[in-house]
Amino acid sequence: MISDRIFGLVVTLAALAFIASATQVQTSFLSDPVGPKAFPMMIGAVAVICGIFMILKPDPDPTWPVGKTLLALMVAVAVLVGYAYSLKPLGFLIPTAITAAILSYQISPKALQAILAGLGLSIGLFLVFKYALGLGLFPFPKTWFAAAS
Amino acid sequence: MEILNNLALGFSIALSPYTLMLAVVGCFIGTIIGALPGLGPSNGVAILIPITFTLGLDATSALVLMTSVYYGAMYGGRISSILLNIPGDEPALMTTLDGYPMAKQGKAGNALVLSGVASFVGAFLATIGLLLLAPILARVAYLFGPAEYFALYLLAFCTLGGMASNNQAKAAIASCIGLGIAMIGLDNNSGLPRFTFGNLHLMDGIDFLVAIVGLFAIAEVFFFIEGHGKSSSIGVKLDKVTVPWREIYITRWTMLRASAVGFVAGILPGAGASLGSFLAYMSEKSIAGKDGGFGTGVPKGVAAPEAGNNAAAGGALVPMLTLGVPGSGTTAVLLALLMTLNITPGPTLFTDRPEVVWGLIASLLIANVVLLLMNVPMVKVFVRILQVPAWVLLPGVTMVSFVGIYSLSGSYFDLLLMVAFGVLGYVLRKLDVPTVPVILGILLGRHMEDALRRAMVIADGDLMYLFSSSISIGLWIAAVAGFVAPTFLRGVLTKPQRVTD
Repeated sequence: MISDRIFGLVVTLAALAFIASATQVQTSFLSDPVGPKAFPMMIGAVAVICGIFMILKPDPDPTWPVGKTLLALMVAVAVLVGYAYSLKPLGFLIPTAITAAILSYQISPKALQAILAGLGLSIGLFLVFKYALGLGLFPFPKTWFAAAS
Repeated sequence: MEILNNLALGFSIALSPYTLMLAVVGCFIGTIIGALPGLGPSNGVAILIPITFTLGLDATSALVLMTSVYYGAMYGGRISSILLNIPGDEPALMTTLDGYPMAKQGKAGNALVLSGVASFVGAFLATIGLLLLAPILARVAYLFGPAEYFALYLLAFCTLGGMASNNQAKAAIASCIGLGIAMIGLDNNSGLPRFTFGNLHLMDGIDFLVAIVGLFAIAEVFFFIEGHGKSSSIGVKLDKVTVPWREIYITRWTMLRASAVGFVAGILPGAGASLGSFLAYMSEKSIAGKDGGFGTGVPKGVAAPEAGNNAAAGGALVPMLTLGVPGSGTTAVLLALLMTLNITPGPTLFTDRPEVVWGLIASLLIANVVLLLMNVPMVKVFVRILQVPAWVLLPGVTMVSFVGIYSLSGSYFDLLLMVAFGVLGYVLRKLDVPTVPVILGILLGRHMEDALRRAMVIADGDLMYLFSSSISIGLWIAAVAGFVAPTFLRGVLTKPQRVTD
């Protein structure tokens, strides 16, 4: 009940913000009868109606993860965000091994198995991407070998 | 005759050794993707699109590869349904009802071969249907103006929304989320930015591939983390695989009927393969009556949903190719592929790029034969692959997704967006909000707005123009009916529960 009500409220508010933001869209002199504002405002209006409907008629609640599971999910999101930032500066191998190992550990909490999965995936996928598919990936941070050469 | 000439053109493209090789590779990868629990046709095809794109294949080759994967995934879905009682993808759910009991009786090999043959019959007939029906529909599609297209897009959202969710409001919200996201970026007409909030990364809009991979693949990873990979159960053992000629023979009419039902269900916008297999199973169940023993492991119960789901997969290509409106989640992903390759589906595709259309149809026929040959003798290989544990598979899926999206743009911003879409997809699915309409909204939002604006330019702002032709009135009525009807049919069309041990 409460989940759907909150979701409905969030949708309603977001849709209102979307409509408000649509009114701020600049129009050019080369305009058509509809213009760039009308369609987004229609979408927003439909979403507001549906959002209010959900607040009034919510479905039963799903079971949300709690405690350890919730923590595991949050760790996973944090790790993925970190991976997104590190892929370019740190090269492919190291961030991939770490991220894959952590994700593997979250799915099945056995440390050794997770480390092996991380290393294996990192090296295996690198070989596949680089040599079988020919994608331009850097294995290590570029600066590591730049100084030596 | 025209069709034969066109087919000859298609085969001349598809039978080149390189294209043939791509079809075989695609079928192999596709079957694996379909068989692995947690990777269905939608997310499997989704994570492969960016990689195919960076490989620099030409349009026809890329299309052949990906549609082979698509057909392959439809075949593969049955393997884990039968052996593990876990549907590899949503349409394969109905196959668990009789496939798993049959496997428990020690007839796993028979069930696998029979379902493989049924898949072949369904997919083959649907491909024939596609090549007969698509050119006709393409001719009809020439009559479509912007007003008709606007109504057609609306129809797609309404039926998909009506079918995909138990709650119409939630389906509509999902469509709105997608459409709203599609609005981000430069306006097509005026060239001025909308909803970018001054962020330069958002000027080009949000790439639909980022959204698709996030919503399908990354969200799936979160679900596995939540379940701690519990769903990876130990299944039934597979002993000897022989061809059960007798069972194939007694199910021949079932296969044909189920193919017809599935094909029609596939053509309906928004219905897709899940409905195809469902309707095929239910209609065969009522034909067989109470003595048919459906649900206890009868061959007909395995053949019907498999023929239905593969026929629907072919049928779904009809509206996608001729009108540019996908019939299911996976065809939405295939539409994304076409758009990535700069191919605009629609009636003009048949006249401007016949080599793409007919090459595709020919390679579907070839892929089908390849899949049959691959799936009967090599089924043991796929069963072995099925044993890849979730703790290797899901991190692997994540890494492939990241590399794919990263190689598209080389920007960390798209990766962050992808993770955000993953979280969104998780929350939406938790709340029982379908994610396919979100994808459809992102894919079609701009086209829908353009259709509306062009219609209004023609009519000089007269809203009644939207209802001025009989085609558009029919589409509007169908849209309203498609959205409202499932509420009343819900009592009749409840899905049977999965078999529990």
